[in-house]
Amino acid sequence: MILIMDLNQTSLGSCEFCLPLYSIVSEIEECVIQHHTTAQSFSPYSKIILSGTPLMDTEYLDHVDNFHWLETCNIPVLGICAGMQVMGLAFGSDLIPCLEIGMTQITPLKENALVSRSFSAYSLHRYGICPSSDFDVLARSDLCVQAIKHIHLDLYGVLFHPEARNKEVIQTFVREGSTCSR
Amino acid sequence: MNLGVLFSGGKDSTLALFKAQQTDTVVCLISLLSSNEESYMFHTPNIDITRLQAEAVGLPLIQETTEGVKEKELIDLERAIEKAKSVYNIEGVVTGAVESVYQAERIQKICHGLQVWCFNPLWLKSQEALLREIVEDGFHAIISGIFAYPLSEEWLGRSLDEPVINTLIQLQKTHGISPSGEGGEIETTVLDAPFFKKRIAVTDSEIVCDKYSGVYIIQKADLVKK
Repeated sequence: MILIMDLNQTSLGSCEFCLPLYSIVSEIEECVIQHHTTAQSFSPYSKIILSGTPLMDTEYLDHVDNFHWLETCNIPVLGICAGMQVMGLAFGSDLIPCLEIGMTQITPLKENALVSRSFSAYSLHRYGICPSSDFDVLARSDLCVQAIKHIHLDLYGVLFHPEARNKEVIQTFVREGSTCSR
Repeated sequence: MNLGVLFSGGKDSTLALFKAQQTDTVVCLISLLSSNEESYMFHTPNIDITRLQAEAVGLPLIQETTEGVKEKELIDLERAIEKAKSVYNIEGVVTGAVESVYQAERIQKICHGLQVWCFNPLWLKSQEALLREIVEDGFHAIISGIFAYPLSEEWLGRSLDEPVINTLIQLQKTHGISPSGEGGEIETTVLDAPFFKKRIAVTDSEIVCDKYSGVYIIQKADLVKK
C-alpha cells in the first residue's frame, strides 16, 4: 500500500495534484490519499509520495516541522515539487526563489533510475532548494536543482511534475523504490 | 475562495465549474469571444451561447472579444481575468484544462502575473472517466463541432450519451481519435447540467459540414423551466 500525502491547502488543489498521482500509482499498487496534517502512522505503507500544490499555495512551508519524520524514515519517499521542497527543508536545505512554468529541459548529473537521460518535463514552481550536504543532486535545469536523493536514506525529490509528461518517473519509483539509485 | 471560471460553454469548462461550485464560491464566468475559428486557446463553436448558459446557471459573465491570434489572444485573456479581479474580486481562476500543457502553461503565467490562484480540477483526468462523469452527473451536452476523420455530419447535434461515448472510445482504438476531443477532434456545447436553474432549448440550428469538418450552429435558443 502506498500513501500519497496531500500537501494542499485547497480541495481543488488536491484534485489537480493528488488525483493524477492516484491514477498512475493505483494501476500498479493499491494506494490512498491522506492530508499531511492528518497522516499519523506510516506502518501500513511501503512507500510515500509527497504531492505538489498550486503555484500560489505555499502553506506547506509553514508546516515543515510536520516533516521531521523523514529523518528516521525507513521506507522510500518521493517528494514532488512542494514535496521535494519540504523534504529538503526538513534536512536544513535552503529555500530559494526560482520561477519555472512550463516545459523545462532536465539534465541528469548522477546516474540513477529515476532520471537517467536528458528530457523535457513540466515545471510549475516559485521556489527551488539549495540542497544541504545530506543530498546528492541527481539532475538540474538551467535555473535550479530538479532532482535529489538523500545520501543514506531512500528519499527522492523531483521539482518538476512527472505526473504531467513523465509518468515513468513515478512508475519506476513505485516499482523499484529503494533500488532506484543503484 | 471567490473564483472566476474560464468558460467556453463546452463539457470540460462546465464540469470544472460544477466541481468548483462544490468546494468554493464561483462569482463569475469568463469567456473570450474569438473571431478565429482555429483559435489555439479558446473553443469556438457556439461560444456566443455562453451568455444564455451564464443566465441558466445564474452567474454574471465577463465576455471579452479577441481576434484569436496566437499569443496575442493571451493579452485579451489577461484583460478579461483582470476585469474579473477588479469587478468581482476573484482570488482565483478555474479552467477546464485536461491535458494541454500549452494551454495550462499560458494560463498559469497569466494568473501568476496577476497574483491570482489557478486551478485545473480536471488536470490529467482520463478521457473516458471524464466523459462518463459528465453523463453520470446528468449533463446534457451535444456535439457541436467535428474536426477529424472518420467523424462526419451525422455526429453533429448528437447528445453525448453512453452509446456515443462507447463509439468514441472505439474510434480511439481504431482511428486514434481522442475520445474527449483533447486533440481538437470534437467540440461540445452544454445545454443542461444539474446546477443549471433552467435548461437551454434549441429552437433553430444549422449544420455546416464539409466531409470530416463541421459545426452545429445554434441560431436560436431559449431558456426553459426544468
